[in-house]
Amino acid sequence: MRSVRALAAMAALSFLAFSTITFAGEPKQGGILRMYHRDSPGNASIHEGATYSLNVPFMPVFNNLVIYKQDVAQNSMDTIIPELAESWAWVNDNKTLTFKLRRGVKWHDGKPFTSADVKCTFDMLMGKSQQKFRQNPRKTWYEQVNDVSTNGDLEVSFNLKRPQPSLLALLASGYTPVYPCHVSPGDMRTHPIGTGPFRFVEFKANESIKLVRNPDYWREGRPYLDGIEFTIIPNRSTAILAFVAGKFDMAFPTEVSIPLLKDVKSQAPNAVCVVEPNNVATNIIVNSSAPPFDNIDIRRAMALSLDRKAFISIMFEGQGDVGGTLLPPPNGLWGMPKEMLESIPGYGPDINANREQGRKLMQKAGYGPDKHLAVKVSTRNIPVYRDPAVILIDQLKSIYIDGELDVVETANWFPKIARKDYMLGLNLTGNAVDDPDQSFYENYSCGSERNYTNYCNKEIEKLFDVQSQEADVNKRKKLVWDIDKKLQEDVARPIIFHARTGSCWQPYVKGVTVMSNSSYNGYRYEDVWMDK
Amino acid sequence: MFAYLVRRLFLMLVTLFGISVVIFFLLRIVPGNIVDILFAAAGYVDPADKANLEKELGIDQPLIVQYWHWISGFLRGDFGYSYVSEKPALQEILPRIPITARLAGLALLFSASIGIPLGVISAVKQGTRLDYALRVVSLSGLSLPSFWLGLLILTASVAMFNQMPIFNPHPATWLEAFATYAVPAAAVGFRSAALTTRITRSSMLEVLRQDYIRTARAKGASDAAVHYQHALKNAILPVITVIGIEAAFLIGGLIVTETVFNIPGVARFLVEAIRWRDYPIVQNLVMLIAIVVVSANFIVDMLYAVFDPRIRFTD
Repeated sequence: MRSVRALAAMAALSFLAFSTITFAGEPKQGGILRMYHRDSPGNASIHEGATYSLNVPFMPVFNNLVIYKQDVAQNSMDTIIPELAESWAWVNDNKTLTFKLRRGVKWHDGKPFTSADVKCTFDMLMGKSQQKFRQNPRKTWYEQVNDVSTNGDLEVSFNLKRPQPSLLALLASGYTPVYPCHVSPGDMRTHPIGTGPFRFVEFKANESIKLVRNPDYWREGRPYLDGIEFTIIPNRSTAILAFVAGKFDMAFPTEVSIPLLKDVKSQAPNAVCVVEPNNVATNIIVNSSAPPFDNIDIRRAMALSLDRKAFISIMFEGQGDVGGTLLPPPNGLWGMPKEMLESIPGYGPDINANREQGRKLMQKAGYGPDKHLAVKVSTRNIPVYRDPAVILIDQLKSIYIDGELDVVETANWFPKIARKDYMLGLNLTGNAVDDPDQSFYENYSCGSERNYTNYCNKEIEKLFDVQSQEADVNKRKKLVWDIDKKLQEDVARPIIFHARTGSCWQPYVKGVTVMSNSSYNGYRYEDVWMDK
Repeated sequence: MFAYLVRRLFLMLVTLFGISVVIFFLLRIVPGNIVDILFAAAGYVDPADKANLEKELGIDQPLIVQYWHWISGFLRGDFGYSYVSEKPALQEILPRIPITARLAGLALLFSASIGIPLGVISAVKQGTRLDYALRVVSLSGLSLPSFWLGLLILTASVAMFNQMPIFNPHPATWLEAFATYAVPAAAVGFRSAALTTRITRSSMLEVLRQDYIRTARAKGASDAAVHYQHALKNAILPVITVIGIEAAFLIGGLIVTETVFNIPGVARFLVEAIRWRDYPIVQNLVMLIAIVVVSANFIVDMLYAVFDPRIRFTD
């Protein structure tokens, strides 16, 4: 009898304990998520910007047709789920992508969402509508789209010039929200209307951005939070101190540098911090259309001088990745395997041997210990650009190149490199989605506005199209590796490293997932809740 | 006197016109404009899009036409629209002015209320340990940049109290409002207080050696009466002049202090507007500041005669 009672008591205790655990893990409604923002975005229109300073505060206002699953860190085709679409299908030999749309979705101003809104958005992105965006930085994403057609209010089709499986990946990016037809691009810059989990309340430049829960959100029970408030604090020291002092529930995503992370962990040991790659590659842009870098030997010598691990060690205390154009594995889906990477000149582990080869190439080009090549290394006047440029100048000395730092104010940086007014530059290239189409066409195709180096190789461009049409992921991967290897061997835009950065939040903030192969896609925040 | 007044008013208008020309053209000399920056942020340059945007904002027009549009609008009270927020410039500027004005006022109050008494004490106790200590403090105040002091204050408050005196836009009580401004005002006013201490000290030392001070003492006046009624009254004029000059310099200190303490005042806003080359904000704001400074100088000049009967303005 006694043992039966003891068993019953144990069972009751276990039940209690279990139910407590379940209860503690259950999401709670309510609370305002307070986050600092690193700077004041120029406007509120995601389609007109190219910085995640826009995505973080405004992605919660919108929905896409499809989106990367917000609770999975690694974006891939397998993690794409429907959002404003209920389903999708590839038809017509994979040249038409058709979406069935969700019924009963309303814009924040009460008007119904229909297929016309989808058509409007993508017509505007393709430059085919009367209304125009002031800026349209991702127009090239839709170059293979012939047109967007509707079939009733709840079906929309993307008709392509040729198959492009990765169009779905582009549509899943945080950069691809659907805009309402009835709101002008100008109004979307100042007062965005979306269908998303949070409604826009106000944006005070240099002060704050406020969002409030959308009570009519189509997803039952979401969002959990009552609102999100961003306080704009451009001074990083002040922002981190405020986070440590508990003024904010969350630091701006991926904005905590590795050295700062140590401070945060020592001053706020309970804070939850993760370090992930942000898919931003630090690279060298070479003006190969003018001497001296029109000489392939000098370009190759420069690539051979790089000690990539030294960059990562100095700048990030070892927290970074060596890779080619595409983010290396395991976080990156398309990056070359290590063995292949190390077979590329300049990537081998013996830095001294690489540099010796580099010196020989320089001597062949007429330079040597007594005749150094003087170059200007141009870069933007902000630390993430300037710091690696200084290290680069130091490393170039090993192959008889004397670099002089030429810092350029942000306003002049892109005009300067667009008119090819530089010899050598240090640049950062962010990838919105971890997909070769976005990276290859944007940065390496002939005539692309973001192909700052004017690299143009028609043979490689044909390969871009081949890989773009390949539906088999493994086959495509091999094609992509070959292309990436060739780009590095051609010194098209030598990649130095892929950085990693930290994101921190208070322990009571739950449901946050930091994406590990892009810093543009993970800010819907409808699953975030606060356990307090 | 009337003719002098008219001449000064005319000079004031000429000065303001000169300032408007300088602001306008200096801004255009700075490389890059808002369109360059917007495209830099977007990471690409499309010449057609760029030209459209320049046309939309009117910055494709000849400079003289742009100047005329701006200055005629300013005179009519039409400040135009911010290029960045696309809101009326006045609507962006006005709410920020009281924040900076409160901060500046409190910083000046801090400077005078700390600097003058310490300066007097330092002069009266000349050559003592207290005097040396105060001189060291004032020297450190002059040497310590306000942004550094601000960061030290923030770091110390977080480390010691796990609290942060950061700007609260909606303080619940008057005391909370005062606390919101007091710490940053102290950070920016510390330098002015140090300068005020040193000027007060040297001015007081000179006055304390005057015959009338000896006479006052001989007549049996108390130390407090001698120091504060007889000496300070006569030593204060250069101090007031310095505080006046410091008020103009304060804007520089406020820019960094507003940044460090994240105060959404007009000083930080001006820097951000310059960074974005937001011409309507920068031009109008600098003109407003210039009008305040020029008018204040004019009023002070006029008041000299009131404060010092020996001064008379003649043609």
